Amino acid sequence: MTAIVRAQGLGKRFRGRWALADCTLDIPAGRVTGLVGPNGAGKTTLLSLAAGLLRPSAGSIEVCGGRPGSGQAQLAQVGYVAQDTPVYAQLTVADHLNLGARVNSGWDGELARARITRIGLPPGQRAGQLSGGQQAQLALTLALAKRPRLLLLDEPVASLDPLARREFLQDLTDATAAQGLTVVHSSHLVADVERVCDYLIVLVASRVRLAGDVSRLKAAYAASLEDLVLSFLAPAAGVAR
Amino acid sequence: MIWLTWRQLRTQAAVLFGLVAVLAVLLAATRAGLSQQYQQDGAAFLTRISGTYRTLYLAGALSVLVLPCLIAMFWGAPLITRELEGGTFRLAWTQVAMARWLAVKLAGTALAAMAAAGLLSLLVTWWAAPIDTAVANLDGRPGPGLLIFARLSPEMFDERGIAPIGYAAAGFMLGATIGALIRRTLPAMAVTAVVFVAVQVGFALVLRPVLIGPEHLVVPVSAANFLNIDMFNSMTVTLALPGAWSISQQTLNPAGHPVSPPAWLYDCIGSAREQQGCFTRFAALGYRQLVSYQPAARFWPIQCGETAIYLLLALLLAVSCGWWLRQRLC
Repeated sequence: MTAIVRAQGLGKRFRGRWALADCTLDIPAGRVTGLVGPNGAGKTTLLSLAAGLLRPSAGSIEVCGGRPGSGQAQLAQVGYVAQDTPVYAQLTVADHLNLGARVNSGWDGELARARITRIGLPPGQRAGQLSGGQQAQLALTLALAKRPRLLLLDEPVASLDPLARREFLQDLTDATAAQGLTVVHSSHLVADVERVCDYLIVLVASRVRLAGDVSRLKAAYAASLEDLVLSFLAPAAGVAR
Repeated sequence: MIWLTWRQLRTQAAVLFGLVAVLAVLLAATRAGLSQQYQQDGAAFLTRISGTYRTLYLAGALSVLVLPCLIAMFWGAPLITRELEGGTFRLAWTQVAMARWLAVKLAGTALAAMAAAGLLSLLVTWWAAPIDTAVANLDGRPGPGLLIFARLSPEMFDERGIAPIGYAAAGFMLGATIGALIRRTLPAMAVTAVVFVAVQVGFALVLRPVLIGPEHLVVPVSAANFLNIDMFNSMTVTLALPGAWSISQQTLNPAGHPVSPPAWLYDCIGSAREQQGCFTRFAALGYRQLVSYQPAARFWPIQCGETAIYLLLALLLAVSCGWWLRQRLC
């Protein structure tokens, strides 16, 4: 397998506390990977490091063959949707697309407009007045219209109601299939991961507890994905695949 | 990125430039009348000046004085904290490289702040020229009401000329840097205001007097130039130099050493009907007054020097703002 994200002994320390320590993992290219783990496992820190929003305190991370945050060319290859899907409350939907078009050389304006129309986001509406689901859709649109090679999603549906969550995930599946994207999707909801992901990484306390193809894992352990993940989240677990 | 900077600033910029425009209209409409009155009234100009002109004079000075501080608090401090608090930096910095994002935002907003401060200050300076000239001709003797400060005096210097451009730039960068350090909007605004005022007062008291080496003058004290003896028993005289800024004064004894004026002089001035007799005796004993001052002609050289220093400070703050943001978040 070719790795699109490659971490070696990666660590990040905040005020003396390690949020991620000695993390070594490969995330395969061309797959939709679910990154699952309990709160505090380091998922958000790992994705922030991959997006270049943080610099490692230890070890190294390589994304799309480059160092995250090393410039505009690297940024263009990676789309990122942060936790709580932040958007500028005072700016309209159209303003957000305008921003994307102005700062990205590879911006796909056609794709952005088509998505906004299909989802039904009013272009003149201020983003602060959109529902949580609509804000998440807008944030995803900004990330997708960059036409990145890799899309990083940090629990984008955590704050959404079940209906909005299902719509978002369905839309995400369609979009990634259409663009042939590599996706890393962090979540602590195994059901969501099962719906959209074909590769699974279980991260517990910065360590990869389990990694593999979703259908093969289910077959090998003869268990539902939920039970399988739960058994690996337990402190005593550590079974190698 | 320039577009985003503009899009996020435009409402605040419209409010600020709108207020400047309102004041500009008021000042432009009244300037001819003020000039005319100055020509007509000559020496009596300051005592006869109308309430409208006084109000405009004070409003102009006050607005130039507070504008840089307001820019520091409301444009500088929230620039980064707003993005951190709303989480939108994660959106912005995955679309634009952080260094470019910061550079454009700092430069763009600073230019708008400098333009507003410069316009306002030069407008007020132009309008108040007749009053400033009349005040300068008082030679340091208090005029009526609040019309007492020459434009080189610490009270008025900050509200005249090009220096407010430097204050606005440095204030804005100070706010942004403190925002990057504290990372919360309200505390950053409060700390910015305190630090900025401290810097401005410190500069006026410590650095400005010696920006260009002061001139010295030794004069005898007379009833004509005597101003007062203050509670710390130090004497002040007026200078026969229109618009000069008296920085410090010392009374010299016959041997040429700085001393406090002898107690008998104080009593003599208080009791005698004819004060000149006291000063004649004082001068005959060999007492003189040493005055360190900046001549009025140095107004623009000092303005230029001070503006340059504040602009340099702004540049250093911009660099440290970027450095801190990188340290804290990366």
